[in-house]
Amino acid sequence: MKHLLKVLVAVCFLFGLIAGPASAGNVLTIKKGEPVHLAAWFVTTGPNSSLGIDTFRGLEIAVEEMGGSIKGHPIKLSSQDEGCGPEGGQTAASKIASDPTVLMAIGSSCSSAAKPGVPILWKMGIPSISASNTAPFLTDPASGPDFSGYLRTCHNDNIQGAIAAEFAFKKLAFKKAAAIHDGSVYAQSLAQVFADTFKKLGGTITSIEAVSPGDTDMRPVLTKIASGTPEMIYMPMFIPETAHCVKQAKQVAGLEKTALMSADGSFSPDFLAAAGSAAVGMYHSSPDFSALDASYTAFLEKFKKKYGTAPEAPFHAHAYDAMFLIKGAIEKVAVVKGDTLEIDRDAFNKALHETKGMKGLTGTITCNQYGDCADPKIAVYQLTEADLKANKMSTVPFWKQY
Amino acid sequence: MFQKWKDRVTVTDIVMWMIGGTLLLMCLWGSVSTIRAGLYTKSHWIDFVIFGLAQGSIYSLIATGYTMVYGVLKMINFAHGEVFMSGPFTGYFVATAMWRSDFLDNHPIIAIIAIFAVAMLISTMIAYLVEKIAYRPLRGAPRLIPLITAIGASFFLQYLFRGLYGSGINAYPDVKVLEGFWMILGIRVLKIQAIVIVAAILMMIVLYGFIMSTKVGKAIRAVSEDKEAAALMGIDVDAMISTTFVIGGMAAGAAGVLYALMYKQVHFFMGFIPGLKAFTAAVLGGIGNIPGAMLGGVFLGLIESVAPALFLDGLGIIAPYQLKDAIAFTMLVMILIFRPTGILGERLATKKA
Repeated sequence: MKHLLKVLVAVCFLFGLIAGPASAGNVLTIKKGEPVHLAAWFVTTGPNSSLGIDTFRGLEIAVEEMGGSIKGHPIKLSSQDEGCGPEGGQTAASKIASDPTVLMAIGSSCSSAAKPGVPILWKMGIPSISASNTAPFLTDPASGPDFSGYLRTCHNDNIQGAIAAEFAFKKLAFKKAAAIHDGSVYAQSLAQVFADTFKKLGGTITSIEAVSPGDTDMRPVLTKIASGTPEMIYMPMFIPETAHCVKQAKQVAGLEKTALMSADGSFSPDFLAAAGSAAVGMYHSSPDFSALDASYTAFLEKFKKKYGTAPEAPFHAHAYDAMFLIKGAIEKVAVVKGDTLEIDRDAFNKALHETKGMKGLTGTITCNQYGDCADPKIAVYQLTEADLKANKMSTVPFWKQY
Repeated sequence: MFQKWKDRVTVTDIVMWMIGGTLLLMCLWGSVSTIRAGLYTKSHWIDFVIFGLAQGSIYSLIATGYTMVYGVLKMINFAHGEVFMSGPFTGYFVATAMWRSDFLDNHPIIAIIAIFAVAMLISTMIAYLVEKIAYRPLRGAPRLIPLITAIGASFFLQYLFRGLYGSGINAYPDVKVLEGFWMILGIRVLKIQAIVIVAAILMMIVLYGFIMSTKVGKAIRAVSEDKEAAALMGIDVDAMISTTFVIGGMAAGAAGVLYALMYKQVHFFMGFIPGLKAFTAAVLGGIGNIPGAMLGGVFLGLIESVAPALFLDGLGIIAPYQLKDAIAFTMLVMILIFRPTGILGERLATKKA
């Protein structure tokens, strides 16, 4: 009996530990001189680091334009590396979640890092906003309460994958297509949406194949695809894998003339450097920057002046908008008591999700209750010899729906 | 007889044999149904084999480095993947410079020799320095310590090269003479793959000849057999260990350029996966055994290329190439269970015992 009591007490204690912080730490108090701490978790190492560095620069420019402070408190941007994978995402999120001063997380870069990371953050009442996670499930109503502290300013791949399929079927009049993904959440869901839409339109998918991130020898898998004689291969992967596929497709019997298409994950000069002349003629779907107004041109000028180079990945503007979205929500819910700032975490998350009609660089930003905030304008680009020579991705869309 | 057998076999053995048997049956079943389904023509299979041979010969060259170092030091040099990366990454700058000035297309043979020379020099230097700086001071330490140091050296080199050359992916220029394909006995072989296979075989012959029939090679073999006895016989053990690293570095540098010419991509992380695979190949062949490492590399390359289509397609598994690494590492585990000495490891095991 005594033992049972002990066990009961222990169990209660444990539950208290788990339940405690979520209910107790709901109001974040920022004292005089203390910063508003925003924690970025981007990919900053490894082959996909251009994606993370690019978005971080977007944030830095936004912070600079805010004068470095919100409501009299300086903005502190810390940075964690999520390594573009689930392990890195988990580590980065745990580190951020263990810091009680963090108001909000900004990230992740890759959807596969967001999958384990977002629930860890939200358990501690920290919402997260991403500028580049495009996998549909993150804002899927079926994902449940683990993801109710999640938002994104980039498009949802339900849109991007469908546009790729419509482009292939309607514009290029292809009837047979294949897809390759690398098993990452991002690539897999894009490939799936593409295949589903393509089939719905009346086309045939000869096969959906997968490789592993880091693979270099794509010839066997391409040979397998060639046995189905598709007219186009859709390969929405990241830079190294897409580049390998593009280069090696030209060397596989039966695929010399097959059209190739990738997505925004490889829409970067890094990709051009990696794929070289084999990339000429291939298609990419990516946010349409030509549809944006003068404020984006001004942003680009600032970017070039500050970093000495043009943006290297497509999501810098989305990051910039995310920063202003955060600012708007803080201004809405923060209570000023003398020199201190009090922010109720639940109200803050609600305010984030209730953002409406915000004018951003990427369009008019309106969030829905699941966290999709983007005003998606996606176009298809074709790489030309001239792009290769200039070593930049083309800015003039080849095709767009609107 | 039966009694003796019964005493020796444990429950673990039986379970292991059952797992092994099931895997084997699945492979057989998969192969039969793939072939019966007739998805692939004969030329597809030949393509798979050639792709596998080209990839495998590169694994072999790297694996020799692992295996030789294991021979003399009884440690796994996990920085070897970075030795492999350093050469072609540096060679990239030579290659692009020559490509820009059209030298690469006008004098392709001299240019390629120059790339090889630079890459092998850098790889050799890195291998030598790693041994001298990171491993030599730990000569007498317990075996775990150099192992951890090797992992540290590996990270250090990765991020050193990232700092030096940037984190972007760089593309090797296309060499015109290596483009296209040859018809060999009616089989379509990509020129670059044929060259990679032939070059790797030549290098391995030279390497094997060096180890087996020169004085230095003999000394290295003596050191790997018994360091103390070799020292007593007047062999400079430290110099022989350095020589081993130099030879391994040269092989890795050459493998790196072949790899870069075939896949046309270099970046600071490129050595990690091939390094792991080559280590697997070295264990497959029997670690410490040079012909074993060569055989293990080719075997691993072939399995990676052929097995997903052959074994898994017939079982109705979607997207089998994603499981390429799973097959490779499952095989490693199976080899470690049923033949811990590796394919050619037996002679070595008896010698050491």
